[in-house]
Amino acid sequence: MLTEENIDAKRWDGIYKLLDRSSLIHPDFQPIEEIKDFVKEAKILVIGAGGLGCEILKNLALSGFRDIHVIDMDTIDISNLNRQFLFRRADVGKSKAETAATFVNRRVQGVNVTPHFCKIQDKDEDFYSEFALIICGLDSIEARRWINATLVGMADPESPDTMKPLIDGGTEGFKGQARVILPRMTSCYECSMDMLSKPTGFPLCTIANTPRLPEHCIEWASVLEWPKVHGDRKADTDDPKDIQWLYETALARAKEFNIQGVTYSLTQGVVKNIIPAIASTNAIIAASCCNEALKIATTSAKYLDNYMMYTGNDSVYTYTFQHQRKDDCPVCGQSALKLEFRGDKTLEDFIEYLKEKPDAQLKKPSVAIGGKPLYMPAPKQLEEALRPNLEKTLKELLSSGDEITITDTTLPFSLQIVLTLV
Amino acid sequence: MINIWSLKKANANVAQKKPKVSAAQIRVQKDLSELELPKTMKTHFPVAEDLLNFELEISPDEGFYAGGTFKFSFAVNGNYPHEPPKVKCQQKIYHPNIDNDGNICLNILREDWKPVLTLNSVMVGLQYLLLEPNADDPLNKSAAEDLRSNRKNFEINVRRSLGGGSVSGFQYDNVLTKK
Repeated sequence: MLTEENIDAKRWDGIYKLLDRSSLIHPDFQPIEEIKDFVKEAKILVIGAGGLGCEILKNLALSGFRDIHVIDMDTIDISNLNRQFLFRRADVGKSKAETAATFVNRRVQGVNVTPHFCKIQDKDEDFYSEFALIICGLDSIEARRWINATLVGMADPESPDTMKPLIDGGTEGFKGQARVILPRMTSCYECSMDMLSKPTGFPLCTIANTPRLPEHCIEWASVLEWPKVHGDRKADTDDPKDIQWLYETALARAKEFNIQGVTYSLTQGVVKNIIPAIASTNAIIAASCCNEALKIATTSAKYLDNYMMYTGNDSVYTYTFQHQRKDDCPVCGQSALKLEFRGDKTLEDFIEYLKEKPDAQLKKPSVAIGGKPLYMPAPKQLEEALRPNLEKTLKELLSSGDEITITDTTLPFSLQIVLTLV
Repeated sequence: MINIWSLKKANANVAQKKPKVSAAQIRVQKDLSELELPKTMKTHFPVAEDLLNFELEISPDEGFYAGGTFKFSFAVNGNYPHEPPKVKCQQKIYHPNIDNDGNICLNILREDWKPVLTLNSVMVGLQYLLLEPNADDPLNKSAAEDLRSNRKNFEINVRRSLGGGSVSGFQYDNVLTKK
């Protein structure tokens, strides 16, 4: 008879059978006991306990990994419950990491999930260096850039243990991707920043003069009307009162132009830039990430090299390719980024250009040359002292070929740019 | 676990980055440009081109030290953020955790410093020290003793010292905020 105990003992039988049958798998693979032990003992870090994170935690626990850590700064919202299946209504408001850990620990005996209810930035290199590999299920570019830059910074070719494989999953509606990043060996997250679609926006002239879509009316309300009425106070996209105001303003605009379809939830979606999350897309991408984790941990099969895109919004299409490293990648590259810019343009023009450059995505950049600041957005006294530089032309401030250093809140590292004045 | 380094030894062109500007300078540039200081704190850069040496003024709006303006010097060396910045109080003030030479006893400036901390963390820490002086970790032992034994008396001493008066025979600087 199957008792509770031998159910648990048999839980990972399938995985162990796979690891015993060398004929099925990678030619370099040796079916030795150490591999099973490694899967049991390896510390795995899951970043994010949301839609992807729930799937990843479940998959890892059922694949034989026993020592799993999960980090997430978020608490559970009622809108998460349709797909983040480790959470229940009674959990709303609690930590995602803690709730997910408790659930998996109770459901899959023999697994120990350790939660970390904090930001990834609160942890230092000592923390990250404890793990054998790291799987990300994040919804933020900023967090991905940070963990990528941190892991690349840690990797020291002289000591193999410092190299932590990063498996990154991401979904957006019916689309998704899974990739394997071997810091300093393969292309890193930053190498592929130019693959991101531009932050969605509509041309200002359309919003202002010729709206055609409900989204145009909502953008008009939030971009043009809001500042006129509320001055410097920014709309709080989490405050129902502010959303209500935007909704009503957009609705009035829509009526004027005879446009249908402005709703409260569309307003919320447009101003918060929400793309609906689809549970099955998360399941597909998480499954792919966890298979890669198992393959890398056991060497039982060839791992993904290095980028798999999944497109489910136009029938079904997957494409796997080797994304190339960028030699001038600001994180893992060996040479500074080269840029040409007109010398008779001002520093302010240059800063505006940086903010609009899609592979930089900067918000409030600071610019320095050889350690000397040209412009700093803060602190106040320094900003005031340097503000006159904004009006000066680049020719006045620097020489062609100078290497400048850019920092920004969105960058976990700095950008080194060799600027050629033309 | 795969041994990735050895797998790729063949095409071992592993990237090593060598930036020309020091890591400390870049990090200070980043820390400073992301400061969000409350009204009670102001920075002063004697040389705007030098980000590594500057002053911070704190004018607490509550607590024992409200009404004073306190100047701290910051000196960041080339090992930042692996080493904390060197911070000193520029005035002689009567405070349990600051001695008469301006040395400061603040955990994150010494034993609890971590590279993830920023200049902002240090500034917030200093402000906290002015709001909540800590008698358990004294640098000025008699001030700490005063705070522990008689808070009322300690408060009177602070008031006197802020105006440039002396406490226990030692004369302090006048640090009252100039209107």
